Amino acid sequence: MKTMLNVALPKGRLGEQVYSMFEKAGYPCPSIKENNRKLIFENPSAGVRYFWVKPSDVAIYVERGAADVGVAGKDILLEYEPDVYELADLKIGKCVMAVAAKKDFRDDRGRTLKVATKFSNIAENYYRSKGRDIDIIHLNGSIEIAPILGLSDVIVDIVETGKTLKENDLTVFDSVVPISARLISNKASYKFKSAEIDRLAQKIAEQTEERL
Amino acid sequence: MNSAQLLPSENLVFLLRGLYDKYGYLRYKMNKFEEYDLYAKNKDFLISDSVITFTDTNGKLLALKPDVTLSIVKNTKDSGKTVQKLYYNENVYRVSKGTHSFKEITQVGLEAIGSIDEYTVLEVISLALKSLACTGKNCILEISHLGILSDVINYAGIPQGEIEKAFRFIGEKNIHELLSFCDALGIEKTKADLLADAAKVYGSAGDVLPWIRKNLKGIADDKNIDEFEKVIKALCIEENGGAVRIDFSAVGDLRYYNGFVFKGFAEGIPESVLSGGQYDALMKNMKRKSGAIGFAVYLDALENTSTVSEYDVDVLLLYSEKSDISFIKRTADEIISNGESVLTQREKPCTVKYKRLLAEKDGEVICVENNA
Repeated sequence: MKTMLNVALPKGRLGEQVYSMFEKAGYPCPSIKENNRKLIFENPSAGVRYFWVKPSDVAIYVERGAADVGVAGKDILLEYEPDVYELADLKIGKCVMAVAAKKDFRDDRGRTLKVATKFSNIAENYYRSKGRDIDIIHLNGSIEIAPILGLSDVIVDIVETGKTLKENDLTVFDSVVPISARLISNKASYKFKSAEIDRLAQKIAEQTEERL
Repeated sequence: MNSAQLLPSENLVFLLRGLYDKYGYLRYKMNKFEEYDLYAKNKDFLISDSVITFTDTNGKLLALKPDVTLSIVKNTKDSGKTVQKLYYNENVYRVSKGTHSFKEITQVGLEAIGSIDEYTVLEVISLALKSLACTGKNCILEISHLGILSDVINYAGIPQGEIEKAFRFIGEKNIHELLSFCDALGIEKTKADLLADAAKVYGSAGDVLPWIRKNLKGIADDKNIDEFEKVIKALCIEENGGAVRIDFSAVGDLRYYNGFVFKGFAEGIPESVLSGGQYDALMKNMKRKSGAIGFAVYLDALENTSTVSEYDVDVLLLYSEKSDISFIKRTADEIISNGESVLTQREKPCTVKYKRLLAEKDGEVICVENNA
């Protein structure tokens, strides 16, 4: 019997793009395209089983070995630092982790900077590397309103088109790190399925190169 | 269900102790507490820097041990040309990565401290290989050599302050970012590619040793390559030698580790079940002249893979107030002598799962339910 490769895909538009890349890499699973609410799909003849999971949970499924491989955003990898291999940059879902603030913001280094973010670890590492004293305000959503209401001086958040920032009178002051989707693998799974996982990573990397 | 059956983790402890005893390693028993100062000075050596502390009655700040190696090193003396060979079976207390809360973890491991030569390195890694075999699972022992890897990093010309970052990318097999990082540092492409190839390396001795000879000769110190090759070849001819893989992404903190580092994996377990290496640098930090090598087997990682029995007990035997107690006792003993387990109760407990339900009625035992 063919060994099954368990793949955690991020639910949503990005996940559909990722699936197409896996399909082209030799892991088709036609049933995934059926319009239903199922979350697990498998194609034993291709030796693959896909799970749709919340994008921020992909790294957990992979780190804990429920999935052998998965595709997660670099933002999630930097924030949670899961103990996984990062085997390829899919170069899709591109955006930037950025520092944004009100247009009239002036960074006064004489006082602690108040930073509102969903990505506390990334923000902390970024400002530590700059030797800046900060006060993190961890929020789970609607980060953009924090500077407007005086809750924070700046925000650290993902910026894709910049439209939300513009509509809330905010502007990007600095770029922290570029973000894109990455192919990750559980370290133990890699030990036992290295040939297959390496082949998959290679085929995915070839597709990203073709696109450039 | 055999009532005398040991839990897989208990059985493994028993097997490992027997194995280490056979090779002359002495059991090292420790106190549960250690002065906190020891961990404060060596925080980076710990898997997690969170430690449970408390103040003793004399005002000293103590900690529940999060690690065993540091205590062993602290309590052993430099011993000339001999090697102190010790093993332990202890509980340690540290933050579990998954739950972010403290956990009590049973850890079995061994340490060789003293004048470490190639034989001792081989013996310890061979014992790591044998320890993996004791799990009864299909296992892999990945081995790296930090001396060789450091030589390649130096050859590439990674500046001192950026080595930690380079190690992180290598540990993640993150080739695309390693290459961009080298590019940003202005490192020659051929040198960056060689470093990337070293990070990608994963395979059996037969596949990787020739690659090392061909590509790293003149780049890594011959002494490091010869030592690595000699030990790997000797391991490969052992009984479980097929489980050896060379993987330079198995990295350790250079402030503590040097030379050989290794990690063990068992099929079906999503994390490493064994981890070890040479830690001469830690010894130096702790003002010791000796070298050291050791490893730990993480029993908690192995615990969750044991198959859960379908039943709590083979037979549930019900009796009543009117029952003859000596008859009930005799019946229970007979069931046990037939190799089954038995739980005697006056009423059926709602949560117990049993194969057969027997009940005493008018001096006789009848079978009420059979789920087997």
